[in-house]
Amino acid sequence: MLVAFPILTALGTAVFCFLMRDQRQGQMLASLGGALIQVALAVALLWTVTTSGPLSAQMGGWPAPFGITLVADTLSALLVLSTAIVLLCVVIFSLSEIEREQERLGYQALVHALVAGVMGAFLTGDIFNLYVWFEVLLISSFGLLVIGGGKAQLDGAVKYVGLNLIATLAFLTGVGLLYGATGTLNMADLNQAVSGRMTETAILASAGFLLFAYGAKSALFPVYFWLPASYHTPAAATSALFAALLTKVGVYSILRVFTLVFETDGTPLAPVLIVAGAITAVVGVLGAVTHREIRRILSYNIISSIGLLIMAIGIDTPLAITAAIFYLVHNMLVKAALFLHAGLVLKIKGSEEFDKVGGIYEQAPWIAVLFLVPALSLAGIPPLSGFWGKFLILRATIDLPSLALTVLVLVVSLLTIYSVARIWLEIFWKSDERGEGCAPAPALMVAPIVLLTILTVGIGLYPDLLYSWSDSAAAGIADPSTYISAVMEDPS
Amino acid sequence: MDFLFVLIVGLLVTSGAYLMMSGHLVRFLYGLALFSNAANLAIFVSGGLSYGAPALIAEGEKAPLEPVANALPQALVLTAIVIGFGLTVFALALAKRAFASEGTALMDDMRSAEPRAED
Amino acid sequence: MKSLILSVASRALMPTLLIVSFYVLWRGHNEPGGGFIGGLVAVLGLVIMSKAEGVRAARDFLRIEPLSLAAIGLGCSVVSGVWGYIVYGTVLKGVWPFITVAADGSKSGLPVGSIFLFDLGVYLVVIGGVLGMLFAMEEVVAPEPDEDETRDGGAG
Repeated sequence: MLVAFPILTALGTAVFCFLMRDQRQGQMLASLGGALIQVALAVALLWTVTTSGPLSAQMGGWPAPFGITLVADTLSALLVLSTAIVLLCVVIFSLSEIEREQERLGYQALVHALVAGVMGAFLTGDIFNLYVWFEVLLISSFGLLVIGGGKAQLDGAVKYVGLNLIATLAFLTGVGLLYGATGTLNMADLNQAVSGRMTETAILASAGFLLFAYGAKSALFPVYFWLPASYHTPAAATSALFAALLTKVGVYSILRVFTLVFETDGTPLAPVLIVAGAITAVVGVLGAVTHREIRRILSYNIISSIGLLIMAIGIDTPLAITAAIFYLVHNMLVKAALFLHAGLVLKIKGSEEFDKVGGIYEQAPWIAVLFLVPALSLAGIPPLSGFWGKFLILRATIDLPSLALTVLVLVVSLLTIYSVARIWLEIFWKSDERGEGCAPAPALMVAPIVLLTILTVGIGLYPDLLYSWSDSAAAGIADPSTYISAVMEDPS
Repeated sequence: MDFLFVLIVGLLVTSGAYLMMSGHLVRFLYGLALFSNAANLAIFVSGGLSYGAPALIAEGEKAPLEPVANALPQALVLTAIVIGFGLTVFALALAKRAFASEGTALMDDMRSAEPRAED
Repeated sequence: MKSLILSVASRALMPTLLIVSFYVLWRGHNEPGGGFIGGLVAVLGLVIMSKAEGVRAARDFLRIEPLSLAAIGLGCSVVSGVWGYIVYGTVLKGVWPFITVAADGSKSGLPVGSIFLFDLGVYLVVIGGVLGMLFAMEEVVAPEPDEDETRDGGAG
């Protein structure tokens, strides 16, 4: 039953925070306490899963495949832990960044409601339930995006809401078709029901709808444009939360559904994933080298990482899946750190545009270094976590008959280095012609970035632990029999 | 009967897509509402249309007495309707606020978040 | 725009609808009904009131902020889930503290338990959520004059 507690904790904390939204102290404590409990639960969950195999829980005691099953294998537990760490950092940062006015509207409650949706999506074993958790996180993200909204925020939200609603409806249609063809919605049960039927029109159509839906959620080419339209508009804590979690839920869904439910071998799905991923990686990084604002560059960097991830999932060798999972976790932590740092720059300099900011390295060298480390990690410089992620993906592409993808990964990596180097040169290194000083950096804003930076350095210096977890998660995906038996056998 | 429903789904999707591509925010939302109904109908059809009785169990019985319709698609559609209703209301309110702040409901002119380079 | 007919009718309709909503909520275990439908019936009552007397009167009648009501409802549902875990070790499993099962399998007692708490949570979430949205939209469309200010002005 440990599986159910991340969701219950997130919902409970959201309720507490909402009811205490007029009392600043109480709301802060409840939110922080909830985030700490999440980290503890996630560590316990990962520990249990890695030592004794996948855990499952049947809600209300109704046995699978009739009831709703929550299930955690290594992949889910690993992502739950990353989510909890990101949540903790974002909550600490938001205590300093978010204004009273937005807190009174229920900012912290929405953060925890969003995390409830994310946790639910990672832990559910039922595809309709996955849809419901997607909605929970979608509705909360709508709220977070427009809260205290300015002009740009509302405009970004319109595009975000529009495309995400279409994706939602595609998801629903896909689920409907799948149910019509198989008569079940439990993902472990679907594995058996779909097996050997991949050529049937209804199943392929459903896979197409679901791929479109998850692709749109994870910002895959050609349906990525909502992301750069909206991610730079809200508060930095919000965009860090979105950058670290939302697209990753889409990637997780592709990873789960297109390995457990659908077989990609011998269907048009595998080439579609590889090609879409490759184009996304290139388009994303090209966007990143053209913009002149920190968070807009980073938004395009998200798209390019998503491309690499989806490409690795499409390659679908054990090494490629391990690489994708390793890179996924690394990316969640580093993207959160960089987006939070953009918020810090915004706070001490009043802007994040190249033309208006400069000279941070002269005035506050430590803050500049604090950006440099996760930025180099994103670019894939050893010995940071990003190096191992990129290295594993590169290694997986070398095994393929053609070296085109290897060249592509190298080019994308080079351009990524160029894109973050531009941020470094323009924001931190070049001297500030207008001679404006830095405002002091609040400790609550620096602390979470330091924590995430330590994690990326730690993973970089000692990658074995995360690698072994990713490896066991990939093994669980390659051979889903333990996952299926955990769901189908009554644990009680 | 199934064929008729499938035809209606197709009609709803076509009109929805047409409205969405007009580039006007309000028409986009109308299109979205049509899409959402099409998705609900599609689930309904894929569950199989039948004339079974409602899935209710009479007082004192353990199982329904006569053949009943599959209740799961109905439950799924109900969930989807509720979620769709909430999202549509949110989208309408958002559209109204965005119209007030942008002064236009034409998608091509709504560029506060991503200003054109020459602006 | 106040209508005398609607205003008078709402005084009879509102309590009736609220009582019906409780009844629908209560019978929902084995018969058509339950928290969702019950909540909508209650919303109907409050919407009629807000049409007749204005949104502010409906808000005052409710006393509590609609979205807080929804949060409390969500809390009820979470608690009912945890309740099942505490008693049976299974989240969301139904707990019936007032029902006793005799040796021959027949049950007697009051059918109130964690399921009812969950339903009550849904009931409150529906009332709070739907009213929150409707009131907010109505206030955007037709902003009412702030009665507190005029009242203060009159007193001064």
